[in-house]
Amino acid sequence: MSAVGKTYPPVGYVVGREKVREYAHAVGETDPLYLDPEAARAAGHRDVVAPPMFAVVYSTPAVFPAFFDPEVGIDFPRMVHGGQEFAWGPLVVAGDEITTEAELVDVSERGGVGFFVFETRSDNQDGERVCTGKWTCIVRGE
Amino acid sequence: MEVPELRVTPDRYVTVRYAGASGDFNPIHVDEEFARSVGLPGRILHGLWTMAQVARAQTEAAGGPEALRSLSVQFRGMGVPEQEVVVTSTVREEADGVAVVDAEARQGDTRIVRRGVAELRLP
Repeated sequence: MSAVGKTYPPVGYVVGREKVREYAHAVGETDPLYLDPEAARAAGHRDVVAPPMFAVVYSTPAVFPAFFDPEVGIDFPRMVHGGQEFAWGPLVVAGDEITTEAELVDVSERGGVGFFVFETRSDNQDGERVCTGKWTCIVRGE
Repeated sequence: MEVPELRVTPDRYVTVRYAGASGDFNPIHVDEEFARSVGLPGRILHGLWTMAQVARAQTEAAGGPEALRSLSVQFRGMGVPEQEVVVTSTVREEADGVAVVDAEARQGDTRIVRRGVAELRLP
């Protein structure tokens, strides 16, 4: 498929303290590191720490346009999220500025089912790779 | 090390809160009527919410977010609100300061996250 290797414009995301807390509450996290700036500072962090799965919040805006790219050709109503991988680097804390780039890395078909694999690469303001994500979308046949 | 079972019952509105927190407002998660119109039993859980429960089981067992190096999962059966989710994790190996953990999440007999593999930094 010709679109494999296509990259999408990097998207910036500034991590906000209240957004981290909102996310932590939504997924049931109770660790004070995520909720209480004093507790986070006492543990040596600049501000509240984003739970690892907060990667979804800062990388989704970069990868969603790729899902909808006509050149990729995903039939959205028949798509399901088949799999997800994240590998994490340094912790993300409130105040960080994360930049994420998305790439279509693989397209395959097995038994009439299409597999579209996207990679996201997220770096912080110091150029450190805070997260690499792999998003597998499955598109059922007609 | 061991990763204890995690049990959590998503309340009726958890998909609404997660949609707001994550930005994923796909109507199959927030609109009961729409979900039924496309053949679902009703609003379904976000797979990434369920994956966050698998992640939480790991970080709570390993002493915090720094311990979680990676997590990969597959989503299959659909999760629904107001039914208990059970995350089970089995340490497969511990070597060179890293534990490899197999994990899955179930609701009743339905596996909603399967083939989960986490890498944890050992203390």
